[in-house]
Amino acid sequence: MRVFMLGWEFPPFISGGLGTACYGLTKAMDRLGIQVTFVLPKMVEAQYATHVNLLTPESSRSRSSRLKALKNVRFRAINTPLQAYATPDVYQRQLEHTLQQKQLACGGKGCTIGPISGIEYEGDMYSEVYRYAAIAAELAADEEFDVVHAHDWMTYPAGMAVARMSGKPLIVHIHSTEFDRSGEHVNQMIYDIEREGMHCADRVIAVSHYTRNIVINRYGVSSDKVEVVYNGADRNDNGDWNLSEAGIAKDEKIVLFLGRITMQKGPEYFLAAAKKVLGVMDNVKFVMAGSGDMMHRAVELAAEFGIGHKVLFTGFLRGEDVQRIYRMADLYVMPSVSEPFGIAPLEALHNDVPVIISKQSGVSEVLHHALKVDFWDVDEIANKIVAVLRYPPLEMTLRDYGNFEVRRLRWMDAASTCAKIYSETLAAV
Amino acid sequence: MASVCFYFQVHQPTRLRRYTVFDKDHHYFDEHKNSLVCRKVANKCYLPANRLILDLIRRFEGRFKVAYSITGVLLEQLQTYSPEVMSTFDALAQTGCVEFLAETYYHSLSFLYSRDEFIEQINKHCETIERLFGQKPRVFRNTELIYNNELAGLIESLENFDTILSEGADHILGYRSPNYVYRPQGCERLNLLLKNYALSDDIAFRFSNHTWKEWPLTAGKFAQWVSSVNGNGYVVNLFMDYETFGEHQWEDTGIFDFMRHLPEEILKHPDNDFKTPSEAVDSYEPVGVVDVPHLISWADTERDLSAWLGNAMQSNAIHELYRLEEKVKKLGDHSIITDWRKLQTSDHFYYMCTKYFADGDVHKYFNPYNSPYDSYINFMNVLDNLEGRCSRQAGATNLCDTSQNKNPPGLQAAS
Repeated sequence: MRVFMLGWEFPPFISGGLGTACYGLTKAMDRLGIQVTFVLPKMVEAQYATHVNLLTPESSRSRSSRLKALKNVRFRAINTPLQAYATPDVYQRQLEHTLQQKQLACGGKGCTIGPISGIEYEGDMYSEVYRYAAIAAELAADEEFDVVHAHDWMTYPAGMAVARMSGKPLIVHIHSTEFDRSGEHVNQMIYDIEREGMHCADRVIAVSHYTRNIVINRYGVSSDKVEVVYNGADRNDNGDWNLSEAGIAKDEKIVLFLGRITMQKGPEYFLAAAKKVLGVMDNVKFVMAGSGDMMHRAVELAAEFGIGHKVLFTGFLRGEDVQRIYRMADLYVMPSVSEPFGIAPLEALHNDVPVIISKQSGVSEVLHHALKVDFWDVDEIANKIVAVLRYPPLEMTLRDYGNFEVRRLRWMDAASTCAKIYSETLAAV
Repeated sequence: MASVCFYFQVHQPTRLRRYTVFDKDHHYFDEHKNSLVCRKVANKCYLPANRLILDLIRRFEGRFKVAYSITGVLLEQLQTYSPEVMSTFDALAQTGCVEFLAETYYHSLSFLYSRDEFIEQINKHCETIERLFGQKPRVFRNTELIYNNELAGLIESLENFDTILSEGADHILGYRSPNYVYRPQGCERLNLLLKNYALSDDIAFRFSNHTWKEWPLTAGKFAQWVSSVNGNGYVVNLFMDYETFGEHQWEDTGIFDFMRHLPEEILKHPDNDFKTPSEAVDSYEPVGVVDVPHLISWADTERDLSAWLGNAMQSNAIHELYRLEEKVKKLGDHSIITDWRKLQTSDHFYYMCTKYFADGDVHKYFNPYNSPYDSYINFMNVLDNLEGRCSRQAGATNLCDTSQNKNPPGLQAAS
């Protein structure tokens, strides 16, 4: 089985769950012997919402590369300013920023910068998405594959183009929808692209029943076309990290929020609950690990609530820092407003951290040994936080049973289900 | 002879209301929900079943008999929420064909944690049964049929019980049959009646299971099984939850019709009859000694204590609860003592069970909480408040030795 896969992020250049999910799935497929050509956007050292580094112009046809550990996966990169999680405004701002930097580099405002390596620095996000699609189709002409697998909306035009040109079936994978990201104020053009992708595809994969329902009800996709494949989480094998090494002798409890600090993740509910908890308990600190468009607002909120001295912001964490912060935490809270799946709680459990998760999430469909709350129920979130911090048997039981339970949720199973879907789709064609 | 000995367990806990760490008041129990449940079960089970049993008793003119064990916490709820059920129990008591058993008033696990409290609860229960139904119980059953040799010894020493009940678990009986009267190891006088779990569970669990090879179970078929005990047994101990009739087995399974025809079918065979537990031990001598050194129960497939004490949360909650005993009793405040006792009902710990095996479904159906963790959190929040009340009251008033002990004087453990 050979798959032409279109994704958005891949470690170490990740800014959220999408990259982790793509990595997990691809790694597992690799183990199953599925051959994957993974197409990625390439903006060197892209860090979300910070500055953009200068692009070295290259030919749009890049050579393929491989990661050592993945024998059956080849990577192809396409030069583009597109990044995961960007909204049209953010894209615009970053593009202008890049343009300024280029002008500075070539000596002042006099220079005209034409399209370099095909990138239109004067285009908007949508035209870039379609330009990307065209390049992807060109790339695909060189490749041999059986199915096309596209992750989230920005890749759908590319997926459709490749599928059309190659005549191979298209599978779209919904990791999130506009409704998750923007509530009810969806961006019409993004919605249209999402919808077109789902209708054009031969099969649709959703990361949870929660998401599947949105796909069926809000996008008008027929239910027999949509299948659920839960994300997984693998135990990190570099877990021989020694606690005493870090010199942690905590007398203070740490409650962790880890994720993009954006509306979808409910940071304000986390902080409101923190305030309630601090009303009855003193020796606890709240850590928000991540960055995002609501980061500044979150810092302000903490100050407004009068708990600024008890809330720490670490900024975006990657690699080993992520593990380290999990190891330091006594509790992980995910108060997401609308979470299609939610990989972070699984990672937390792998690191022996008990979790409180929003009922409005896909992961709450698969976890039993987690405390569940409605995201808006600040009282109940606070109630549960206090209980976990106060009663060691609760923390222990959640931790032990949760850690055991999460081992069932493996990427191998997700990859096998995808492989099954590929076969079924090919057979039906 | 095959004497059918029916015993029905009748119980409802006083459920807790949602109680967070921010709640400060002393109202721990969800009266609204408890009243709803009580009335619902009254309509689906207690009333139709009591009426059926009454009818059968009258129809068979004293040849049909049963026994009940009704917990104190349920009696209180019935008196408040469904007094009509109480009048049917009164009527049953007056037939002379119904025996009432004794247990802990609060359906508690106090035997495991506080002998004194255990005895006080038994006393309170006996006194209540005598007051309400005019019977002095001679037969004892512990909460959830939790039993071991030590319990039997203790009950024997109280000197007002002749008989104790237990689960006829395979691992204590070995090759022997539960269809005889036995003597507990270490006892001289006390009799032991063991539940025939196969026949009891046929009615209580398998009755409506279409995949069971004996489905449908008719009264005639069951009566044949009972009759076949003749010649290798004397008693057929059918011990079960009363909610079998209407709740665990809904009316449309035909469970009431089954029961309606059962006495007739059983009595067709001249060697069969019905006996209450006391009558059974009066009629048949114990045939041997049963040794139960470790605790058993009638719960789940394991027949042990894991349903209530299987995880860290459960054992922590129960230890914290009994740790308060001295403090609570010293204060002598009636409402604090009562609240503390109602928290002892074993159901609270049952809800915290994390077993998800074959019996997990049984646990989940009757669980008012979404998860065992929620029930632990709720319970501990309540307990925390109770403890705070004790401390504040102890601090506020100088402790004098006012024992407002509402328990009747009486039965002391013989040393």
